[in-house]
Amino acid sequence: MNLRATARDVGEVTVIDFGGGITLGEGSALLRQMLRDLIAKGHRKIVLNLGDVNYIDSSGIGELVGGFISMRNQKGELKLLNLTKKVQDLIQITKLYTVFDVYSDEAAAVRSFRP
Amino acid sequence: MTAETKRIDITLETSLESVALAEDMSLRVATAAGFGDDECHRIGMSVREGVINAFHYGNSANREKKIHLAFELTPEKMVIRVLDEGRGFDLTEVPDPLAEENLLKTSGRGIFLMRAFMDEFDVARGPQGGAEIIMAKRFPPARQSNPQSTGGSSSTVGKEE
Repeated sequence: MNLRATARDVGEVTVIDFGGGITLGEGSALLRQMLRDLIAKGHRKIVLNLGDVNYIDSSGIGELVGGFISMRNQKGELKLLNLTKKVQDLIQITKLYTVFDVYSDEAAAVRSFRP
Repeated sequence: MTAETKRIDITLETSLESVALAEDMSLRVATAAGFGDDECHRIGMSVREGVINAFHYGNSANREKKIHLAFELTPEKMVIRVLDEGRGFDLTEVPDPLAEENLLKTSGRGIFLMRAFMDEFDVARGPQGGAEIIMAKRFPPARQSNPQSTGGSSSTVGKEE
């Protein structure tokens, strides 16, 4: 259930493609570190592509929320893309759909950021 | 415990590795007991959250303390017990993660997820203190009318990791 992550730029937006699981331990730590590094480098428009994430636990949810708060504190935005059914169910039952902007189309997610 | 109940007891180290190990074992038991993929996922995740709770909040990541995990298969349901060696907690004092003021908290969703994913959920004080999470997933009615299909044959198994 290891987490893999690759960042790429689409114009001014950074898209991070994740695969595996965002769970207590290395998965959560990788997500936290990656967001921390991107924020430190000045990135303020970030999309987390979770299309290949098959598992998230409460720790992983906490990291997503932590990333959202960090970005907001830096006047940036963090959005979610391509949720698998299991992840979508979790976002739904935890009411985090009221917090995150979620997209199923990458182009639409990239266009959604304020200029 | 009746003769029809099968029970597995496992003692786990207070470590991150125990979280995945416990989840993996619960998936094996749930699969053998006849639960489908979705229910197995919910059971596995609930066990993961229960052991994370014991690891973090119960035993405060103290490796000298143990996490006691038990699976019971009755004709009606699979019961899971996760006992820590901490100070225990009162379920009524656990904040609601769906409350507006808690939505942006980075922790505190584990109990909520276990409650959402399992059919029965409670927290009791363990025999020697600590908190014991007791949760159950009921078999579908068709499975209950044919209890012979219960997988596995062991009665009590102890394992010290």
